[in-house]
Amino acid sequence: MKLYDVTDLALHNLRESIFRNSLTTLGISVGVASLVAMLSLGIGLQQLASRRLERSGLFDTVVATSRRDLRNFRGPRDEGPPSAESPALDEPARQSISRLPGVVEAYPDIRFITELRFQDKAHLTMVAGIPFSAGNNNDAFEAMQGTFFSSQSAHEAILQKSFAEELQGMKRKTPGDAANGKNDDDTNIADLARPLLGQELILHYAERTPSAGATSAATSGYSVVSRRQSLKIVGVTDIDPDSMRGSARARVFLPLLLAQDLHIVSSDQRDISTTTPTYTSLSVRVANPNQVLAVEDAIKKMGFNAFSLVDANRSLRQFFAVLDGFLAIFGSLALAVASIGIVNTLVMAILERRREIGIMKALGASDADIRGLFFAEAGAMGLAGGAFGVMLGWVIGRLINFGTNIYLTRQHFPPAQVWSLPLWLVLSALAFSLVVSLLSGLYPASRAARLDPVQALRYE
Amino acid sequence: MNLRNHESTLTMTPAAVHTDNVHRHYPMGHTTVRAVDGVSIDVRAGEFLALLGPSGSGKSSLLNLVAGLDRPTSGSVIVHGNNLAALSREQLAKYRLRTVGMVFQSFNLITSMSLLENVELPLRFAEVARSERSVLARQVLERVGLSARLAHRPSELSGGEQQRASLARALINQPKLLLADEPTGNLDSRTGTEIMQLMQSFNQSLGMTIVMVTHEQALAEKYAGRMIHLADGRLDADVANNAATHTAVPHRAASGDAQ
Repeated sequence: MKLYDVTDLALHNLRESIFRNSLTTLGISVGVASLVAMLSLGIGLQQLASRRLERSGLFDTVVATSRRDLRNFRGPRDEGPPSAESPALDEPARQSISRLPGVVEAYPDIRFITELRFQDKAHLTMVAGIPFSAGNNNDAFEAMQGTFFSSQSAHEAILQKSFAEELQGMKRKTPGDAANGKNDDDTNIADLARPLLGQELILHYAERTPSAGATSAATSGYSVVSRRQSLKIVGVTDIDPDSMRGSARARVFLPLLLAQDLHIVSSDQRDISTTTPTYTSLSVRVANPNQVLAVEDAIKKMGFNAFSLVDANRSLRQFFAVLDGFLAIFGSLALAVASIGIVNTLVMAILERRREIGIMKALGASDADIRGLFFAEAGAMGLAGGAFGVMLGWVIGRLINFGTNIYLTRQHFPPAQVWSLPLWLVLSALAFSLVVSLLSGLYPASRAARLDPVQALRYE
Repeated sequence: MNLRNHESTLTMTPAAVHTDNVHRHYPMGHTTVRAVDGVSIDVRAGEFLALLGPSGSGKSSLLNLVAGLDRPTSGSVIVHGNNLAALSREQLAKYRLRTVGMVFQSFNLITSMSLLENVELPLRFAEVARSERSVLARQVLERVGLSARLAHRPSELSGGEQQRASLARALINQPKLLLADEPTGNLDSRTGTEIMQLMQSFNQSLGMTIVMVTHEQALAEKYAGRMIHLADGRLDADVANNAATHTAVPHRAASGDAQ
């Protein structure tokens, strides 16, 4: 029998027992919906976590440092020239690195401990320069209070929440506070930022200037001049954008170009014999986290040290792969129950249509025709159930997302997409539903095909 | 009909159906039912043969063997050169599709389908194109006088109309052999006569070989060219000799091959 005729007859038969077949199809739908909802939640959470981590700069960033500083700490696997011949990490090196394939930008890490005065009170903290691009690719600045820097070298500052608290005279959190149930979330970031935004912050720093008699950039030393720079507080961020720095994390952020223009003397100034600036380290942002390892290798070949946290990201993916696996198993349980429904429905159909099968055989239907007919019925129920199940799963996922966001909003968290239904999941769910249905139809179809036509024709 | 001419034609033509010492035994509990017990018959191409006998005589079992619905326990059934016992399940299905048309006492139309769909069904199995199917089904339904009932379901038709539809379905694949199992058993005598006349017309105009199971001696005598009597799964030799006097067609099997 042609495929069209098999399908046509199968649909005809399904319509004849529409109520029972609809219930069976609904069972499949619930199974598929459960699978889709579980997996879409797992995928959504994975994407949320990955997005947060990737946009935190932890997993798409390679940190490059000069080997000259670590000449006695070379690992046996390091590639490139010996430490003594390692190139300086200066502006030409930065430009070379930024031209490597897959690199979006390479910018110097400018950070220094200095004094900041707010309302005539001095505060000592770490200050760091942030590239202008961070406004678009770092979550810390997306959900913050206030605005990002207005220009690449604006005289503006963004404060980390803990520093904002310090400026307002709130006690700094200690590990003991957390143990006593006090945590950062007790303070509403909006309330914290309101009195600070637009206020002036005075940065005191030591500027490095060429010595008065220096004839060329490569000779002589430099002078240190005490300076002050007025900054306008434009933002307060809840999330720590500098978390990968550990104890060296900054709590005040300036536009990178402004930080560079200040020519601040840093404590680890490399070479006092030259005025050519060299960088302590470069942050190299990569377009795709998958390219991190390649970029890391390329930087090492250029003679620099490079490290990234890509391994941690891999572990995260591994964790989510396991989580997805468990969610899929729980989701599949409902589908397994539904598949028993298909077997039951089709076996019932065989009993009811025993005589009809006998007639078809007497008229010349082959075993393959009968088998194909029952397979097509199982497949049609599977496809319809799968399609409806995907829609149902979509609705359930949206509801979970909606409920989660209501909860997040009440807890003063920014809304998040905790659920995702990619096209591949839709297609996979449909295919899975079809395969499960066909497998469920295997026994009834072969039983129908094996029916003895004489016995079947005698059946009343 | 010129019986003498017909007789000579049949004598010359090869056997359309040949059974040789065919047995069909069923186990039932601790006993064995010998439904067909060594029957050897020949049916010539174009012949209209009636299988007669009381209930349980094995007529329908023999018909099922010839139809390829059942396999003999021993012996052979050869239809148009095909030894049915040697055919695979797939080949038997093809044989039923291409060579045989069947009509049943209870019509056996599929109740969920319209008449047109019922008649088209064998064409679906034969993989005939949809457009062609419809034309052929309409033609054959017109031939049995049901062109006004195409969209009706079997439950909306009388018994006679259902049996005519069943005949139309049996003819749709232009089989060489029409097998009818008590085709008038569920019909009143007037409708039964109509069906028999239709079958006779197919036999005469199309030259179709017909084997009909019936227990109505009068109908068989009137329409069949030859009668074979079965009793207890065997050819009934006594009745066969008498039957020979009622029919002008010689029948070697009926007279000589009974076990």
